Amino acid sequence: MDRLRAAATTEPGRLRAIGAVLAALVLAFGAITTWQTTSRADAADRVLNRSQPLSNDAAAIYRSLADANTAASSGFLAGGQEPAKVRERYRRDIDRASEKLATAAANAGSDSSSATSVSELNKLLPQYTALIERARANNRQGLPLGGAYLRYANDTMQTQMLPAAEKLYKAENKRLNGDYADAKPYPWLAIAFGVAALAALGWAQRRNYRRTNRVFNTGLVAATTAAAVALLWLLAGHTFARSGLNESYEDGVKSLNVLNDARISSLKARSNENLTLVSRGAETVAVGSATKDKFDVAYQRQMARLAGGEGGGNGGGLLDEAAKLADDESGERPVETAAKNVTEWKDRHKSARASDDAGDYEGALDAVIGAKSGEAAATAPSTGESFDNVDAALDLALTHELREFRSAAQDGKGAMAGLPVGAAVLAVLGAAAAVIGIGRRLSEYR
Amino acid sequence: MGGARTMRTRPGETEQHAAATKRHATNRQAVIRRHGTTALRRWGGVVSMALACLLAAVAVAFVPALPQLRGDTGRGGDGGASGGERLTQAAPARADDCESPESSLRPSPEDGPTIEKIKQRKVKKLIVGVDQNSYRWGYRDPNKSVGELEGFDIDLAREIAEKLLGDRNAVVFRAIPTNQRIPAIQSGQVDMVVRTMTINCERIKDVAFSTAYFETGQQVLAPKTSGITGYNETLKGKKVCSAAGSTAESALKEKSFGADIRTTVPNQLDCLVRLQLGEVDAVVTDSALAAGQAAQDPTVQLKGKEPFTTEYYGVAMRKDADDLVRRVNGVLDDYRKDKDGWRHSYNKWLAADLGKSAGPPNPKYKD
Repeated sequence: MDRLRAAATTEPGRLRAIGAVLAALVLAFGAITTWQTTSRADAADRVLNRSQPLSNDAAAIYRSLADANTAASSGFLAGGQEPAKVRERYRRDIDRASEKLATAAANAGSDSSSATSVSELNKLLPQYTALIERARANNRQGLPLGGAYLRYANDTMQTQMLPAAEKLYKAENKRLNGDYADAKPYPWLAIAFGVAALAALGWAQRRNYRRTNRVFNTGLVAATTAAAVALLWLLAGHTFARSGLNESYEDGVKSLNVLNDARISSLKARSNENLTLVSRGAETVAVGSATKDKFDVAYQRQMARLAGGEGGGNGGGLLDEAAKLADDESGERPVETAAKNVTEWKDRHKSARASDDAGDYEGALDAVIGAKSGEAAATAPSTGESFDNVDAALDLALTHELREFRSAAQDGKGAMAGLPVGAAVLAVLGAAAAVIGIGRRLSEYR
Repeated sequence: MGGARTMRTRPGETEQHAAATKRHATNRQAVIRRHGTTALRRWGGVVSMALACLLAAVAVAFVPALPQLRGDTGRGGDGGASGGERLTQAAPARADDCESPESSLRPSPEDGPTIEKIKQRKVKKLIVGVDQNSYRWGYRDPNKSVGELEGFDIDLAREIAEKLLGDRNAVVFRAIPTNQRIPAIQSGQVDMVVRTMTINCERIKDVAFSTAYFETGQQVLAPKTSGITGYNETLKGKKVCSAAGSTAESALKEKSFGADIRTTVPNQLDCLVRLQLGEVDAVVTDSALAAGQAAQDPTVQLKGKEPFTTEYYGVAMRKDADDLVRRVNGVLDDYRKDKDGWRHSYNKWLAADLGKSAGPPNPKYKD
């Protein structure tokens, strides 16, 4: 009891208490900074190395599946022996889809929604390819049964696989957004402790000055410096990291999302364009009072999503959005190319439809998949060619934006590098300095 | 096809099928008539109603001899030459409120408002709803010239276009799923449907039919190894597939023998896909189409000795398009007689799967 009373009432006792509080505050500041910056740096690392690549993979899975289906229907349109190019494209798509599915499966972890989608897709993919192979075998025999298998495969793709892939894409995007949300908020608690530690150090030095008339206590000054450096580092580092991450989101992820959507729309449009010819008006929907071909209506819808309102001009499509988001010339150029080719595609599609409506099915087919043989084959313009150009341009834009994303996110992550360790070291040094500084005063009482 | 042939060349039990056509007696007559085809044909088409019963009795006498007879001539019959008088007899079996749905309007070469409208089109072509999935009837051979449709129905559609517009190629083919045939006609999406479409009492309320151009009936198709023997109790507990909106679907709804008939598909051929994938155990469709399925898969066959119904295919048109119906009936009249017409097309597309035909069904008129 006496000691305690002595601690509260005598100067050495007070000094000891002050020293302890100062050391504790500085250490707490360091510990909280380390903890908060570590979790943010981890989140930033996940954005860069895990969730963004996974979201990109999910988009690639969706795209590959849709593209494989498009290739299969193109192959069917081209006849029993599909062109080598189409077959190769189909094979590559299936390869890529199964490869990315394996990655997604390994990373799905505890996220049950991703895991369900992945296992669903893993189950359906071999079923789908089996249907396509059966369709091919029957096509080669010249049997219409091949077409029936193709319809069944298309149905499986449209009603089960693509929705599962879309769910996966959404789940991965949610995870990406979650990681961004974890990486970006200011570490308020660490900042508060930093300010508190600095204030306490300042008060202790003022008290010291008043009682001893000594301006500087080396230990306390050193401690203040250490705490101030740590706080500034925290503020600056986090601000830079945040701006890097913001940039990676604004210039990277946003563009990537829009471009991925655009590419998927163009794929869907192409697939529907093919199916219009495969089904030959077999399925219709009522649009207002008119009856229209189901697949052509779907094509029009995707093209409108891609290029904006009918007739163009009034903007609002995904490509306009992508052009707005593109922040430099090398990002804008491929989007412009894509937009130009979409316009051309629309024109060619219109004339293909006109041929088909006039009963010239072969003419329409040539205009859509390209003339199969003869001199016309090399030069004949087809919507397939336009689609390929759009796809290539969007691919270029995606590669560019991905690079932008990576460099910005890398900068952001880099700005926080060393901060957790640095803050810890500074805090330990600062606490030690504060204790030494107070110890110097204490020694005067012996 | 060998399997299908043997199954269909012998006369069958009929009692179990009675429910589908509602009357035992008439159903038996239908079967007998089909078997009596070869013999009856010789009497031609001028036999009175009073003679019909006698004819049936005579036909009964032929039955025991038929297996051998049919064995020699292949499996003709369902494409069948049906004399007019036998059609008359078949009518009461179909429905009580509609005597003979096969009766159409008498031919006339006059152009009426419907044909005028077609001729005034910017693109002067006939728009015909067809199938592109029915082997030998309307289908696309993936190995042939890009996208060309061919088959028995396609030949007929081209013939009509030639007679109407003077050009075999003045046709726009629109593929139509089974259950969209009537809506497509009613909405004006197509001028006519030539797509193995059965004339029946239900349908003549919505569309007008030409005279009959083919005789067929419903039949069960299943794997050769299957325990299913036909449209009977062996279907119990089995999954049976049919095309949505088809005659087969209605027949199964009426009597399914305890089969699971929930699987319906847009096109009869989609049933074969389900069958091959093991999703269903059997398919019910027109025997003419079932034969086309069996031709694409040697491991399946037609079950039951005979189709369990008697039906006729007709060209469907708008209900108010009298002029078009009369013109098409005129075309069909010539087509039946023409050397390069019906028989030529039959031999080209159907003879291999269905056997020798006794000829097209005779037309019946209601006016």
